[in-house]
Amino acid sequence: MGTIVLKDVQKRFGDVTIIPNANLAIKNGEFVVFVGPSGCGKSTLLRLIAGLEDVSGGEIIIDGSDAAQLPPAKRGLSMVFQSYALYPHMSVRNNIAFGLKMAGMPKPEIEAKVAKAAQTLNLTDYLDRKPRQLSGGQRQRVAIGRAIVRQPKAFLFDEPLSNLDAALRVQMRLEIMQLHQTLGATMIYVTHDQVEAMTMADRIVVLNKGNVEQVGSPLELYNNPDSLFVAGFIGSPKMNFVSGEVAGQYQAQTIGVRPEHIALSSQSGAWEGTIALAEHLGADTFLHIDTKVGGRLTVRAAGEYDQGPGAKIWLTPEKNRIHRFDQNGRAIKNAA
Amino acid sequence: MATQQTRLLGKLAVAPSVIVLFLWMIVPLALTIWFSLLRYNLLDPGNESFVWFLNYEYFLTDPAFFAALGNSLKLVFAVLAISIIGGTLLALLLDQAIVGRNIVRLMVIAPFFVMPTVSALVWKNMFMHPVSGLFAWLMKSVGLEPVDWFAQYPLTAVIIMVAWQWLPFATLILLTAIQSLDEEQKEAAEMDGTPPLSYFYYIVLPHLARPITVVILIETIFLLNVFAEIYVTGTGGPAGNLPYLVYFQGLLNFDVGGASAGGIVAVVLANIVAFFLIRMIGRNLEG
Repeated sequence: MGTIVLKDVQKRFGDVTIIPNANLAIKNGEFVVFVGPSGCGKSTLLRLIAGLEDVSGGEIIIDGSDAAQLPPAKRGLSMVFQSYALYPHMSVRNNIAFGLKMAGMPKPEIEAKVAKAAQTLNLTDYLDRKPRQLSGGQRQRVAIGRAIVRQPKAFLFDEPLSNLDAALRVQMRLEIMQLHQTLGATMIYVTHDQVEAMTMADRIVVLNKGNVEQVGSPLELYNNPDSLFVAGFIGSPKMNFVSGEVAGQYQAQTIGVRPEHIALSSQSGAWEGTIALAEHLGADTFLHIDTKVGGRLTVRAAGEYDQGPGAKIWLTPEKNRIHRFDQNGRAIKNAA
Repeated sequence: MATQQTRLLGKLAVAPSVIVLFLWMIVPLALTIWFSLLRYNLLDPGNESFVWFLNYEYFLTDPAFFAALGNSLKLVFAVLAISIIGGTLLALLLDQAIVGRNIVRLMVIAPFFVMPTVSALVWKNMFMHPVSGLFAWLMKSVGLEPVDWFAQYPLTAVIIMVAWQWLPFATLILLTAIQSLDEEQKEAAEMDGTPPLSYFYYIVLPHLARPITVVILIETIFLLNVFAEIYVTGTGGPAGNLPYLVYFQGLLNFDVGGASAGGIVAVVLANIVAFFLIRMIGRNLEG
């Protein structure tokens, strides 16, 4: 079991309110990603759940009972830290075993569990090494191993991949997803990288200035963002926003169109523009187009696009893919 | 080409200081070795004669030598133990968020900056004096007989004074080490449910292994040379260490030859200690 419910959770540091009021229900076995820009309170929220920070108010209900006042070790959660936080003077074996040893588990049992975790994570050959003799990815796996041997109710990941290089990050991302499938455990994962959030999550929690902005599956957030903030944060390249007269035509303060939902034509279309820059990625070309209606817009063209900077071009947004927002930045539903 | 010229220029530029430092070291050492092989007494000037290793024989068979060697070792070990155990505890304490932490830290560090002679005088006259000292007053105010520290427990008195001076040094180094302990590691230990004593034993102590060896090395070098405290408090008789014995031979017995032999013996002993220490530290700094 591993359900976690946050009820009116608040966190203040002195006069500064980090989390005004957070409510969230996480189901057993769910992979939930907290995502948001730096300083949005996502790490703080995770640390509140872990018990590394004390709540200023509200309840953290783990498996049905309020754990907000319990010390971290009593909550039955384990955490993987950004810097891995391995104990440098202990071997990999002792690092993984330490939590069990502190829990007073008998030795043979510890050894069996460590061996099993090491096997799951491909660490068997490295058990007698010290952390500094390992590569970044291996250290990351040791940190995960330390978390899984305790068979926690839920795993907490605090930006675990941000210290790895790009290629390794993709690989470890897959390994963590694989692990989630194998263990079927609840996982909460904090990241500022929306690609990680989109690819890994069952549900994404988008945080903005300590508020839960929107909760939903990756595609829900992609297709139906509740606000300008979520619309701008989810998706890469960013959604284009146009306000003013054009938006008025759609009875909105601002309209948003994703770069992949704009059709290009060299003859005719809704909006006229000039190509300013072209980024060639091989499979796609991202065109940055200066338009009269809304300044510079980004458009994704499939494959290699033959027109270069300076060329005149026409843009047509897909009608049913236009997102409308009111003056408060909230989405207007039932789009035209 | 250019690098070769620069290198030569570099060597030339460094040469004077290297030469001066070398002379500074080798001339006194050579003279001491030379004196140690002479019968050279200031009470009988002009009658120096070459006696081979007779001075060493006298020095090493003198009962005072073993007493001094014992005192040297006791002093070093006692002060090391006090300063490392006490320093670790103090550092742990100062690492906590206490009121007026900065001032407390400054006051804790202060004894290290007091000259040994001054510190010895302060301890001798203001604390340990059997008539007017603070300790005597404390004893008397609870109706006990005051302790005459320098007569009854001379070595203990010297150890207390020297430890008072070196405790801050150990505290300072260990405190900075404790503060450099990774915050996330502390939190990981918290998540692992580590009780305080285990936390200290498994996480903090291994982290302190390196700074502790550094403290041992540096303190040993200086503690083997303690002289001012013994000289100023006049405890040289019962609590004199090797440096004091060398002084005694040279300037109180006027036996320059014997003192030189003692000096060389001290140098050899210090090198033996240094050899083991450096090896131990080398291992520790690697791992």
